[in-house]
Amino acid sequence: MAGESVKKIATRESYGNALAEFGEQYPNLVVLDADLAAATKTGIFKKAFPDRHIDCGIAECNMVGIAAGLATTGKIPFVSSFAMFAAGRAFEQVRNSVGYPHLNVKIGATHAGITVGEDGASHQCNEDIALMRTIPGMVVMCPSDDIEAKAAVKAAIDYVGPVYIRFGRAAVPVINDTPDYKFEIGKGVVKKEGTDVTLVANGICVYQAMDAAEMLAKDGISAKVVNIHTVKPLDEDLIVASAKETGKVVTIEEHSVIGGLGSAVCDCLSAKYPTPVCKIGMQDVFGESGPAAELVHKYGLDAEGIYKQVKEFLA
Amino acid sequence: MNNLELAKTANEVRKGIVTSVHSAKAGHPGGSLSAADIFTFLYFEEMNIDPENPKMEGRDRFVLSKGHVAPGLYSTLAQRGYFPVEDLKTLRHLGSYLQGHPDMKHIPGVDMSSGSLGQGVSAAVGMALSAKMDGKDYRTYALCGDGEIQEGQIWEAAMFAGHRKLDNLVVIVDNNGLQIDGKIDDVCSPYPIDKKFEAFNFHVINVDAHDFDALRAAFKEARATKGMPTAIVAHSTKGKGVSFMENQASWHGTAPNDEQYAVAMEDLEKIAKELGGAN
Repeated sequence: MAGESVKKIATRESYGNALAEFGEQYPNLVVLDADLAAATKTGIFKKAFPDRHIDCGIAECNMVGIAAGLATTGKIPFVSSFAMFAAGRAFEQVRNSVGYPHLNVKIGATHAGITVGEDGASHQCNEDIALMRTIPGMVVMCPSDDIEAKAAVKAAIDYVGPVYIRFGRAAVPVINDTPDYKFEIGKGVVKKEGTDVTLVANGICVYQAMDAAEMLAKDGISAKVVNIHTVKPLDEDLIVASAKETGKVVTIEEHSVIGGLGSAVCDCLSAKYPTPVCKIGMQDVFGESGPAAELVHKYGLDAEGIYKQVKEFLA
Repeated sequence: MNNLELAKTANEVRKGIVTSVHSAKAGHPGGSLSAADIFTFLYFEEMNIDPENPKMEGRDRFVLSKGHVAPGLYSTLAQRGYFPVEDLKTLRHLGSYLQGHPDMKHIPGVDMSSGSLGQGVSAAVGMALSAKMDGKDYRTYALCGDGEIQEGQIWEAAMFAGHRKLDNLVVIVDNNGLQIDGKIDDVCSPYPIDKKFEAFNFHVINVDAHDFDALRAAFKEARATKGMPTAIVAHSTKGKGVSFMENQASWHGTAPNDEQYAVAMEDLEKIAKELGGAN
């Protein structure tokens, strides 16, 4: 499916577009950035609604606090920075100034994972999902393409409470442009049915998992593909049902295998339906500089890498 | 309220502080007592608030950035009528709504949860910014500790407030000179506090934290200041009003035992008598 004709767009771009698109409908929507509006794409919103775009300068902890204060007055603030700084540097501000009082702050974190590419390990955040999902009451989403990213932004606006949404830097194929596409927080999407193994993925790994499933099919392996765009709350019913159907589960994420989607799935299955799980992701290592596609290949997150690891797991 | 009434009220606030911390067997009396006159002035004179309607839309906002002095805030809120004074004795008890640090979800009159130092001014900035964006005329007040301003986030918030000319924001620093490990200028001096805020484009007022005339003048001056936020550096005595707690860092976060509690209450009753009884 990775043909040249497939439309590609980075989810950070979708984020900026969605903010600008919904700005009219939601006058209380305000957007905060920390000197990265060009990169996080909130600059698109800034162009449309300059008075509702607040550049806080390079001070992410303060930005999160300002957002908390704005939320107490009825604003719907979207806080934007790279995942490393939004979830990493400002973790404790998110935990104490947003999470604990359960304020209506949305965190739009871009440049997550290794597809940050050339900037290297210092900027490749593979820990944000793990950090955010430990905060009580926090919704954590990781959309897979342009359509899902926009839908996640809309859902976050309509949901009252803290939300973390993870977006990527690199362009990814549009895979959800189907007429029946529906987005609901906490509801996974079955992308493909299968009987031998379930591939549970999110973010940029969904289309790679789809391609891997095609490769597996050629070997006579029927892989079900499930897109878990919301890591928290987790669609436990779908995960348990899929585990029952296929008996084996592989999780695929552009994130550390510690604490992210794989861990969330294991938490669920170990309690509700113990099933062998293989966790594909960053294996407790830092990334490095390089083009995004080459990094995805090196760390086994492309279709080929997923295919190989699934084969080994099933052997 | 006139100064005598304010002094009597502040003394009642101090009784509530000592009583609640004694009952909790834990908590922070020193900084609560140093800030008691500031709390009293804010809630009985300065701020536009309504205890019957704690979430009143146009109310002035208060953020206790130094959240550990919750006993001071709670005692003031109770005196002001937000909840019963008797409830102060449930402070920090399991099941009580009076959490160890301010919890906006459960405590009437608390505009922002706080406790982790350095974060409250940012939230206050967000409130003040929201008022500016919407053309609303409510004012926002944040109270910091002088040890707390060692946190870098305070200065991130100050930079933003100065840059945005938030003249509807007042940051008060309770400058009692002591923190857990000793004198602030021995531990890691934040002095000169006034010059630092000036450098961040604040209008700065130095004031005696226990002089209601001075507080009245300072908050009036803050109101009259346009085009920049105001910082009030309030020179205070940690443990003010309780003889054995005054100027002792050791009473930052320690509860009095029964005998100490009795002495503390005697001290405060004596002050009440000198002031001519309750209001």
